[in-house]
Amino acid sequence: MLGIDVRNASLAWQGHSVFSDLSFHLPAGEWTCLLGQSGVGKSSLLRLLAGLTEQMQVRAEIVASDGKPLDGRVAWMAQQDLLLPWLSVLENVLLGPRLRRSRVTPAQREQARYLLNQVGLAGLDSRYPAVLSGGQRQRVALARMLMEDRPLVLMDEPFSALDAVTRLKLQDLAAHLLADRTVLLITHDPLEALRLGHQVLVLQGSPARLTAPLRPLDAPPRAVDQPEVLELQGRLLRQLMELST
Amino acid sequence: MNALRSLGIAAGLCGLWQLLVWLTDAPHFILPGPLRVLAALYGNIGLLLQHAGVTLAEILLGLLLGVLLGLGSALTLIWFRRLRPWMLPILVISQSIPVFALAPVLMLWLGYGMASKVAMATLIIYFPVTAACYDGLRHTPAAWLELARTLGADKRTQLLQIRLPSALPALGSGLRVAASVAPIGAVVGEWVGSSTGLGYLMLHANARMQVDLMFAALLVLSLMAVSLYFLIDWLLRRLMPWQSETLFDDAREAE
Repeated sequence: MLGIDVRNASLAWQGHSVFSDLSFHLPAGEWTCLLGQSGVGKSSLLRLLAGLTEQMQVRAEIVASDGKPLDGRVAWMAQQDLLLPWLSVLENVLLGPRLRRSRVTPAQREQARYLLNQVGLAGLDSRYPAVLSGGQRQRVALARMLMEDRPLVLMDEPFSALDAVTRLKLQDLAAHLLADRTVLLITHDPLEALRLGHQVLVLQGSPARLTAPLRPLDAPPRAVDQPEVLELQGRLLRQLMELST
Repeated sequence: MNALRSLGIAAGLCGLWQLLVWLTDAPHFILPGPLRVLAALYGNIGLLLQHAGVTLAEILLGLLLGVLLGLGSALTLIWFRRLRPWMLPILVISQSIPVFALAPVLMLWLGYGMASKVAMATLIIYFPVTAACYDGLRHTPAAWLELARTLGADKRTQLLQIRLPSALPALGSGLRVAASVAPIGAVVGEWVGSSTGLGYLMLHANARMQVDLMFAALLVLSLMAVSLYFLIDWLLRRLMPWQSETLFDDAREAE
């Protein structure tokens, strides 16, 4: 499993510094949830790790625990499902092999069907994304990401466009299916961070700073009505409100 | 229902036409009534079809060449970013030259045969097709391309698998415009100088006061253009089943 160290991350936007000298650690095989308001630069941090930094003034020293570069070992899941409307559900899950111009093997096809089954979409293989609900579409995106089987998973508010119940269900599903990966999840929802994160970091202020990691005692996913979760949620919300002006 | 409505519209227009003939009491060599035109159509069907065949061939060849050239130019513009500042002004300037004004020169260069008419049709659709394709290829959602990059797609695959399919609806509207404009190019080419084709027939009939034959040729030309448009529309729908599926849903929602 892969642990990641990010050191001295800095981001400038329109000439002023959004943050500088941020350092944090993504423990191997654990979920790290990064909480912060919009505009605080958390998405930029994620894109930095994903290698999508074109036209952005963000830089950092990124060190993987095995000392090798991250290229090709990162899976990315965005707020939009980014399903291609001209491909069927199954073809969308198999997008990776298709884009790498390798022939899709029967084993891969089988794997894609298995993953669709895992995310609860068995039998919808040949549908087009347009006929699916928002929750179903994000499940396909999840299956597409799992198909890649990358050690580091980056998620940028992947559940924020969903309704409350669908969101909780997908959080549980993602926590279950990505249990042994190193995950960085970005969110503005304290409850989501507390349900899913082994550790929760808060990015806030101007220039933004990271708080010390918060580590709830038991393993995720945690129940919504768990006293510790509720208590910490209250504390985080209070903290977020106090520091925003 | 749709077919019935179209028939109704056609009948209504013919009624107005006949009314106009009665009211103005125009002689048949100035404004023939619809029945007279239908009779001319029936009586000269062989002649009309023979000339229509030539015009249709010109339109289809022009359409093919214009679409290929337009798509090719758009792809070149997308692929070679450095060419854009040089090619885009040339494209815009070329569009400001009225293509009709070029028709006599084309005749001079390419002769009175089919080549000059095909060139005319090609030129007239080249710009709209290029513009539509270029716009479509340029406006690929950035997040799709980013996803493709994280999945390990190189530049060529991004173009073929993401940009091109996502531009298909825009290419489709370019093609629809081309289908409705190409007949104009072919007919203008024939007007300037030719010995076959519906344009030639119309000019010839007009000069000999056979206005009913002229109208019959016009009718055949319109039918051809309309069929071409709907054929292409149908083909595009077949090519983009995901689009018609959403359209179908829209229609259901509207009910």
